[in-house]
Amino acid sequence: MLMIATTLFVSCNNDDDSSTPSNVTVDFVFSHFFDGAEIANADFETTSYTNANGESLTLSKLVYLVSDITFTATDGTVYAGEDYNLVNARTGNNINFTPNVELPKGDYTVSFTFGFDDEDNDAAGGYEDLNTADGGWGVPDPLGGGYHYMRMEGTYINNIGATENFQYHTIRANRHSTLPPGPGTLEELTDTSFTVNLGTVSVGSTTSVEVQMDVAGWFQNPNTWDLNTWYTVLMPNYEAQLDMNENGAVGVFSLGTVITED
Amino acid sequence: MLVILLSSCEDSDDNGPAYTPTPVTLEIPEVFQGRLLPPEIPEDNPLTEEGIALGKKLFFDPILSINNQQACVNCHLPENAFSDPRRFSVGVDGNLGNRHSMPLFNIAWNFENRFFWDGRALTLEDQIFDPVVDPNEMGNTWPNVENTLQNHEEYPELFEQAFGSSTVDSVNVSKAIAQFLRTLVSANSKFDQFQLGMVELTPQEANGLNVFLDEGRGDCFHCHGLPANPLWTDNIFHNNGMDKVITDLGLGGFSGDPREFGLFKSPSLRNLAFTAPYMHDGRFNTLEEVINHYSEGLVFSETIDPLMKNISTGGAHLTESDKADLKAFLLTLSDESFINNPDFRQ
Repeated sequence: MLMIATTLFVSCNNDDDSSTPSNVTVDFVFSHFFDGAEIANADFETTSYTNANGESLTLSKLVYLVSDITFTATDGTVYAGEDYNLVNARTGNNINFTPNVELPKGDYTVSFTFGFDDEDNDAAGGYEDLNTADGGWGVPDPLGGGYHYMRMEGTYINNIGATENFQYHTIRANRHSTLPPGPGTLEELTDTSFTVNLGTVSVGSTTSVEVQMDVAGWFQNPNTWDLNTWYTVLMPNYEAQLDMNENGAVGVFSLGTVITED
Repeated sequence: MLVILLSSCEDSDDNGPAYTPTPVTLEIPEVFQGRLLPPEIPEDNPLTEEGIALGKKLFFDPILSINNQQACVNCHLPENAFSDPRRFSVGVDGNLGNRHSMPLFNIAWNFENRFFWDGRALTLEDQIFDPVVDPNEMGNTWPNVENTLQNHEEYPELFEQAFGSSTVDSVNVSKAIAQFLRTLVSANSKFDQFQLGMVELTPQEANGLNVFLDEGRGDCFHCHGLPANPLWTDNIFHNNGMDKVITDLGLGGFSGDPREFGLFKSPSLRNLAFTAPYMHDGRFNTLEEVINHYSEGLVFSETIDPLMKNISTGGAHLTESDKADLKAFLLTLSDESFINNPDFRQ
């Protein structure tokens, strides 16, 4: 069951009941790289990157949803924020996030969900803030509804040397009997959110955890992404969504700098 | 339900009678409930009956203009969803503006808090300062406006009732007009009624919605929202592929960032039946022209939004049937009761 705690600003809201007694919180900061090179605001639309398939690309938008940041103690006790955060890498909105969970000091395995799992994605009534966030974070009902996981957009140089726009939008995979999608065409939904395990973190009186996203990973492993083939209209592309899921789950997110003070 | 608390209950500053403005709670339309966050009402400008009434009077009064001939309503007509049927509005000296008059409704749900086509005003109150002094609009000065209103037989008392002071200042003028504008709520279109289960869409309108929501055809929703976002705009800025050479810098002219040259705010698709001509410069007279632009007329420029697809071939190339259906759906977003609401008329 989900409980929505609305705030004035987008994205730092509860989506689940949680009232675990505890004594400290943990701050997260999200940072972004392409093959190890940090991506700053000034890099959007200006810096060219080369993906694993050899295509030159630029980024204009990188916005994504993380949810259910979870701390698992060595004795197996779970402390779950069960809230969500919409990160905008270009504007910096919500790159700093403190989940709504308090926990004892100690060592924890830290994980989160990229996107929404089905339980959160199908929450009754949806999420008022996400309905207007970033122009509307929702996914049309013919595609199964719910919300985007990520919108990565930009341009690339295609195989005839022309500049073309791409929209790498990750959502829940949806298979249709026929395309274009419409009422009655949806045959199958597959939850393509995934859990990111950041490893072990020592939580002190104040703790800052950096989560790094390497954008190159979305194009790299295990599926070498050919933008000439899959650059647009990927939301109703079931196979593309499965490949995005596989690439995202391997080598995109990692634990960065952890600063702990006792 | 939004509850607005009013704490001011101060005495008059000029020894007149003490007034307590009457708080107003903005009624949240049913179709917004559960879909949208509550409207944003500034803490320093809560809605009151007296403030709204004063703002309405000012909106319809040419007293704000240098020649006492032009009111806000002259370029923001209720029957046009508070837009202007002319491509460019005509100012006090007969000069034309260079952008189409923006429609005015559901402003309290503009969570981005960027106003004007180019987003240069960061609050609604700030936005109201510009037209009064723009030489192509009202051509006045704020000291002159304040002096004129101060010496008017009615206004000082109305300011007293609304703000507890009979001294007229520009800040309270903008606050009053902003209060009135925040009451301009449009949420009773055919599609709103469909969302509430009151009516059905025709097959053509329903297919038009599918085109609107289909990433491979209209893909309108990424900028103009879903049924879950009944504002039908993202209130953010895009280059939608209208010009190879950008002459009006839009957002970039305000921010100075070349990456924002030629970006303009997405207008709401509500009330399209009343708000022609379309686009920031009013270049399209009909919805057919707008749809054709996105279907076949897109052109590349450096800051074009990546959501604009198939630029090299001009767009998605909708079938004529899909175009007609999309238009039929778009027209379901028009709200006759809004443009005919007597509360919004003089």
